[in-house]
Amino acid sequence: MKSPPFEYVRARSVDEACELLSSHGEGAKLIAGGQSLVPMMAFRLLRPSWLIDINEIAALRFVDARPDTVRIGAATRQCVLAKDDALARRLPLMRQALAWVGHVQTRNRGTIGGSLVHADPSAELPLAAQVLGAEMTLRKKAARRAVAADRFFAGPMMTAIEPNECLEEIHWPVWREARVGSAFFEVSRRHGDFAIVGAAAQVAVDDSGRCTRAAFGIGGAGPAPLAFPKLAARLVGTSLDADAVQSVVHDAAAELEPGTDTHATAAYRRHLARVLAARVLRSAYETARSTS
Amino acid sequence: MNPAEKLYSVTVEVNGVRRTGQVPARTSLVDWLREDQRLTGTHIGCEHGICGACSVMLDGEPVRSCLMYAVQADGHKVTTVEGLANPDGSLSVLQDSFCEAHGLQCGYCTPGMLIAAQALLNQNRQPSEEQIRDAIGGNLCRCTGYQQIVEAVQLAARRLAAGAK
Repeated sequence: MKSPPFEYVRARSVDEACELLSSHGEGAKLIAGGQSLVPMMAFRLLRPSWLIDINEIAALRFVDARPDTVRIGAATRQCVLAKDDALARRLPLMRQALAWVGHVQTRNRGTIGGSLVHADPSAELPLAAQVLGAEMTLRKKAARRAVAADRFFAGPMMTAIEPNECLEEIHWPVWREARVGSAFFEVSRRHGDFAIVGAAAQVAVDDSGRCTRAAFGIGGAGPAPLAFPKLAARLVGTSLDADAVQSVVHDAAAELEPGTDTHATAAYRRHLARVLAARVLRSAYETARSTS
Repeated sequence: MNPAEKLYSVTVEVNGVRRTGQVPARTSLVDWLREDQRLTGTHIGCEHGICGACSVMLDGEPVRSCLMYAVQADGHKVTTVEGLANPDGSLSVLQDSFCEAHGLQCGYCTPGMLIAAQALLNQNRQPSEEQIRDAIGGNLCRCTGYQQIVEAVQLAARRLAAGAK
């Protein structure tokens, strides 16, 4: 369980990290928290020739919470985000998702960007990014481009990031309605383990309790987490009654491509997807309705 | 270690003492602590971030030392289980509470449990049972069933509240 040999360099700025990525070629990888990368190297699933450490780049660690958008630096640690009350007010789903991410020791080291670029199909932060429609700012030398979550996650451990490109920051849209609720649930063998299936939702309601906007998604039941904007739109105008929710989650589960492995069968994953999606939608709705 | 491997200089403040060394980049922090610095209190379990036996504090926060390379700790402060005892070498309140409440049997997970629990008590002097269970949730114990460990942390919290040192 020892990592294969590699060479190491600390980048002091994003510019330098980009420069090092292109000069060291295909075998170079960025390391931030290392909570996924180091185990993969210990298992020798990965053998990078160079690790470029971005942990000391202060410019990649920030939370800029504005009324309509929250900007988060890619190397911001998960523990910092989980403790940030101002962030939790604007993006309640963030704290709810982080509560399921690993353990204290891994959240102290793990970063938001690392979790997104690792793109594990059952990971919580990619699912939250899908549900809220987050946008990744990717950087290649001086060039920047923005990629929305629905085009960013390409498959298991695959993203739209190109060689020599890095994730610099993530923009999260804030829902500005007065009554907004969100929820995140998952099923795993033990708390902190990888989810078998997870689901997340956010719902806004008007004063009479009618849904004015809804979003939900499911992770762990296909090659990448999925959001269902068209199905969620069918909930607008309803009170998320049982029939409306069941119809939507049934159709969502039909779109999934779950696999069978030692942890669960495809049929069980599809069942969990329906149950958990209904649960997060109802819970988010109840929270939104009780918000004054 | 492959003799041709490039070596990197590291300087880490471990338990208040500045320690330096030369390591290949792939040496994990826990291997450096145990093998080069002979601080064998930190245990190695799974070596891929699951069991928590290797927990140490990095700049005061608990982390898994098998998921960090020693070169990454350069310039930082590390606290290992050896750093938890009182300056005169006597057991800390938490360590003594583990003995008192029978919070260990084989002892393999104990260094990691102590680090996780001490990090909790440093930030929260009166943790609830749920907060204790959350704080040690990343540490596996195959002997105790966890109940006595939770009781040990509760006992330590009570003793600390009563002014024990």
